[in-house]
Amino acid sequence: MRNIFLPLTKDAVKTLKSGEMVLLSGPVLTARDAAHKRLFEALKSGKKIPVSLKGETLYYVGPTPPRPGEIIGSCGPTTSARMDPFTPLLLKHGLIAMIGKGERSKDVNQAIKKHKAVYFITIGGAGAYLSEKVKSAKIVAYKDLGPEAIYRLELKYFPVITEVL
Amino acid sequence: MIRIVDSGSIKDTVRDLFIKANTSLRPDLLKGLKDARKKESGKKSRYALDVIIKNAFIARKKMLAICQDTGMAVVYLRIGQSLMIKGDLKKAVSKGVELAYKEGYFRSSVVNDPLIRENTGTNLPPIIYTDIAPGNKIAIKVAVKGFGCENVSKTRMFRPTDPVSSIEDFVVNSVKEAGSRPCPPVYLGIGMGGTLDKAVLLSKEAIFRPLGKHSKNAHIARLEKSLLEKINRLKVGPMGMGGKCTALGVSVLTYPTHIAGLPVAVNISCHATRTAEATI
Repeated sequence: MRNIFLPLTKDAVKTLKSGEMVLLSGPVLTARDAAHKRLFEALKSGKKIPVSLKGETLYYVGPTPPRPGEIIGSCGPTTSARMDPFTPLLLKHGLIAMIGKGERSKDVNQAIKKHKAVYFITIGGAGAYLSEKVKSAKIVAYKDLGPEAIYRLELKYFPVITEVL
Repeated sequence: MIRIVDSGSIKDTVRDLFIKANTSLRPDLLKGLKDARKKESGKKSRYALDVIIKNAFIARKKMLAICQDTGMAVVYLRIGQSLMIKGDLKKAVSKGVELAYKEGYFRSSVVNDPLIRENTGTNLPPIIYTDIAPGNKIAIKVAVKGFGCENVSKTRMFRPTDPVSSIEDFVVNSVKEAGSRPCPPVYLGIGMGGTLDKAVLLSKEAIFRPLGKHSKNAHIARLEKSLLEKINRLKVGPMGMGGKCTALGVSVLTYPTHIAGLPVAVNISCHATRTAEATI
């Protein structure tokens, strides 16, 4: 499997092929339902958001807490379709890649193409396996959301498949 | 004979069952996944199954949650009518759940209100179902209910005169529409008959049946086999990667119903269907 390093650039996205299995290494932000809603509402009303989405990769995950001495708990992907209503606006604000599981809506697929972004899928229900591909984890925003807070994760050889380009 | 059980032992058992269910994949499901791996030929579908099988071993070894969605805690109690419980039963169950999620480092996935949506931080409250049975024991079954697959489960009220084929179409289409969202290969629980609520409950209880076992009613066992064949012809495959194995099994439970109705509930349960049970 080919190694891809984050953050991604539009040129790097061009080298990806649909259906290609690759290993991602580098920084991502996590966000799921509640964080998406907050980001979306802030952007919509012209407010500042606590993280920059420019060139950013979002991983749809709400991890389990780390066991003592561990970096992170189980951390597999959640169903991406629930983020669909918010995704086009986030892409407009510079988001370049997403990692999740399952199909996206037609609107999102079109927006991904329009912004030359990419949607990766990874293996759902394999959170223990995927936890070994995370090298650091730190909450960076929306701490009050608990497992739905935005984390900065550092991935190393994290396996994904290019689903939508 | 009347028997007395302390609610403390119920609390401990509930805690142990949730830790087990969350970290140790059911042996029948692990076997089902390994069998599926042998049948698949596609590179990606085999890869998905390899990762899922490795995941089960890592989870067990490290006592990590099989899936980060450690679910809503659902508890089924079948209480012997000759059993006396010392203490508060529901409080004991709740405490057992709270301890399991704290000690197991599982995710708190419950919000206080469907609209206000503040995380309770304890994974409480659980959902508790109680039933009374003869005897002086208490049977405790727990389910870790993740919502990736819960969100794609379905019910429909059929006409009593509808052909079985229309029920089969409904079930097969539900799995098709769900696609890769419920984390296939899935274990399908189906409830047929009773009332709307009874059919749903049956569909939930159905997935406790060990994979590979069929209904004792010949016509229902035939239906289970026919459904499995049809679903696996959909070619959704492991995690939507295509292939022969979209479902690991189909388990149908039935109940008598009304002359005017035929409720059907389809509980689509992920490859990490997590349950555990014990009797005190």
